[in-house]
Amino acid sequence: MDILLQQLINGLVLGSIYALVALGYTMVYGILGLINFAHGDICMIGALVALTLAQALAASGMPAPLILLAATGGAIAVCVALGVSIERIAYRPLRRAPRLAPLITAIGVSILLQYSAALVWGKQYIAMPEIVKPTALTVGGAQFTDLQLFVFMLACTLMAGLLWFIKSSRMGRAMRATEQNPEVAGLMGVNIDRIIAFTFLLGSAIGAVAGVMVVLYYGLGHYFMGFMLGLKAFTAAVLGGIGNVAGAMLGGLLLGIIESLASGYIGDFTGGVLGSNYRDIFAFLVLVLVLVLRPSGIMGGHSGERA
Amino acid sequence: MDRRSFSGLAAALAATLILSACGKEAPPPPKSEKKAEAPKPPETIAVKIGAAAPLTGSQAHIGIDIRNGVQLAVEDLNARGVEIGGRKVKFEMVAEDDEANPTKATTVAQKLADAKVAGVVGHFNSGASIPASKIYSDAGIPQISPSSTNPKYTQQGFKTTFRVVAHDDQQGPTLGKFALEKLKVKTVAVIDDSTAYGQGLAEAFERTVKAGGVKVVAREHTTDKDTDFKAILTRIKGRKPDLVMFGGIDPQAGPMVKQMSELGIKAKFIGGDGMQTPNFIKLAGNAAEGVMASIPGLPKEQMPGGKEFLAKYKAKFNAEVELFAPMGYDAVMVFADAMKRAGSAEPAKFLAEVGKTQYRGVIGPIEFDDKGDLVNGPITIYVVKNGKWDALETVTPGSAPVDAKPAAAPAADAKK
Repeated sequence: MDILLQQLINGLVLGSIYALVALGYTMVYGILGLINFAHGDICMIGALVALTLAQALAASGMPAPLILLAATGGAIAVCVALGVSIERIAYRPLRRAPRLAPLITAIGVSILLQYSAALVWGKQYIAMPEIVKPTALTVGGAQFTDLQLFVFMLACTLMAGLLWFIKSSRMGRAMRATEQNPEVAGLMGVNIDRIIAFTFLLGSAIGAVAGVMVVLYYGLGHYFMGFMLGLKAFTAAVLGGIGNVAGAMLGGLLLGIIESLASGYIGDFTGGVLGSNYRDIFAFLVLVLVLVLRPSGIMGGHSGERA
Repeated sequence: MDRRSFSGLAAALAATLILSACGKEAPPPPKSEKKAEAPKPPETIAVKIGAAAPLTGSQAHIGIDIRNGVQLAVEDLNARGVEIGGRKVKFEMVAEDDEANPTKATTVAQKLADAKVAGVVGHFNSGASIPASKIYSDAGIPQISPSSTNPKYTQQGFKTTFRVVAHDDQQGPTLGKFALEKLKVKTVAVIDDSTAYGQGLAEAFERTVKAGGVKVVAREHTTDKDTDFKAILTRIKGRKPDLVMFGGIDPQAGPMVKQMSELGIKAKFIGGDGMQTPNFIKLAGNAAEGVMASIPGLPKEQMPGGKEFLAKYKAKFNAEVELFAPMGYDAVMVFADAMKRAGSAEPAKFLAEVGKTQYRGVIGPIEFDDKGDLVNGPITIYVVKNGKWDALETVTPGSAPVDAKPAAAPAADAKK
C-alpha cells in the first residue's frame, strides 16, 4: 500500500511538470490552432539558463532562495524574449499560410533551438549545484522530499493563477475572445497580434519555470532534454483536450500517474516480459488511444471546430 | 562576375598557392608509400591511427578522454622518432565521432577503413565496437578497444579484435564475488540500462550472486536516455534489497543514486566502470557517498606508468584523466610495437604481431589470449569517500578466490 502511495506521489510530481509544459502547448493551440513543437525546447533553454546562473551564483555564497529566484528570473526573461521573437519571426508571417507550413516551421525552430543550445552549452549532461538540500518527509510509509512538495505546490499555484487570469482579467477575456473567433474579436477592438504575442509570452514564462523545476528536481540538464519533455507534455495536452487550459493540467497530472504506475507495475502484470524501460510506450499508447477513441480529449468538448 | 571580384579571387588563389608552397617545405611530404622498395631511402612514411569514440553526446567526456590518450601517444611516438623497417615513421591520428550510436559506428568504421588507417583504437561502447569490428575485420585492420567490456566483442571469431581491458565476464563476476564475500549481502536488486554493455554486466553479476545463494528480489531495466527512475526505485524499495547493482553509465547512475536517497532507500549501491567517473559524483551530489564501482585495470595513480601519464595528460590538455585515456595511449603503443617487430606498417603484415604482444604499458603488462582479450587484467573496486573515488580493493580475475586481498597488484589496498 505504501508503495502504491509512493508511486502516486512520484506520478503527481512528474505530472505537475508535464502539466506546466502542456499549458504552453494548449494555450498556443487554443488561439492559433498551431502545435508549437518548439515549446519543449524553450523549456530546455530556460532550464539551461537557470543552471548556468545557479552555477555562477552558487560560488558567490548567496543564500539559496535568492539564487533560485535569480536563476528563475533569468530563465523567464530569456524564454519570454525567445518565445515572443519566435512568434514574431517564424510564425506570424505564416499565419495565413496553409496549416502545414507553420507546423513544419515549428519543428525547424525546435531543431534550431536544440543545436544552438548544443553549441552554447555543449552536448554533455550538466550537473546542477546542490543549492537546496532536500529534507525527507514521510507520510503513511511513503517518503518524499520538501523539494518535491515545493515543485508540486508551485505548479498548482501557477495553474490556479493562470485559470483565474484567463477567467477574470481583461487580458484573459481578450484571449478567450480571440480563441473563439479572431475576426470578430478584432472587430471588437481586440488587438489580435498583441494577444497572440502575449500568449507566447505567458506560455514561455510558464515553460521556463517548468524547465527550472526539472533541473531542480533531477539535478541535471542536457541540450536534448526538451524533446522528450515536449512530446510528453504534448501528449498530456491532447489527453486533456488540446486547447483547453484546465484539460492540460488534468492531462499532465494523469499522464504522470499513468507513467509512474505503468513502470511500477508493468513487470508484475506481464510476468517480467515487459520491463519498466517500456515506460515511454505507455505515454504514447495513451496518445494513440485518445486520438482514436476521443480525439477531443477529456475536457475538450467544443474546441474541435478550431482544429 | 565583375572584374573586381575576379581579381580578388585571383589574389586569394595566389595566396593559397604561396601558403601551400610554404607548407610543403616544413614537414616531410605526407603519406607517399613508395612502391619501389628502395633500400632505406631517408624519407618518412605516414601511418594513420584511427580513434573512434563518442566525441559528442552525453558520453562525450569519456570519448574525448580516449581520443586525447591516442593523441598523446601519437605525439610521443613522433617526438621519440620511430623507425619501422628502416624508415622513419610519422604517426597521424584520424579521430572519428561514433556518437555512441551503433549505426553511426559502422559508418565511422567504413570511413576509417577507406582512409586506410593502419589500426583503430576504439570504440568506447560495446554496442559500437561489436558492429564496427566486422568492418575492420573485412578490411583486415586491427582494432584495439580501450574500453568495450562486452564479452561478445572478441567472441565473433575475428582475427582483428583486441581489447586492453578486462571484459564483463570478468568484471561482472568480480562485482558479484565482491558482493558475496566482502559485502555479505543476502538480497540484491539489479538494474540495467538496456545497452549491450549494461545488460552484459548486469547479467554476469546476476549469475554470480545467484550461484552464491543470494536472492535477486528485483530485476529492472531502464534506458540510457532516462533521468527519472523514481518508479522503478519505488518498486525496489518495496522489496528491501541489501544492495542495488546498476549496469550502466554515469548520466543515469548519478540521478539514480540521488533519487534513491530521496526515496529513503538504505541499500548499498554498486556498479561497473561506466559510472566510475568524476562526473558521477557531480551528478549524484551528496548521495554519491559510499557508492561503489569496479573498473578494469589498476587505479590510475597506481598504474606502473600512471603518475607520469597523469602529469603529462594534465600538462597537455589541462584536464584530469576521466577514465580510459591510459588504455587509449597504450593501444597506440601496442600498434607501434607490433609494427616495429614486423618491420612494416601494413596491417596485413603486422596484424599477427599484435596478437604476440608482450608490452609493458602505462596500465601494466599487456598480453593477449587467442581471442584478443587482455590476459589477467586486474579489476579494482572503488568507493566514493569525501566526494572522491577511493580505491578499495584490487582483484585479478584469474586468481580471485575468497580472500584475495593483495592479489597480484602490489598496491591493492590503497592506503591514501
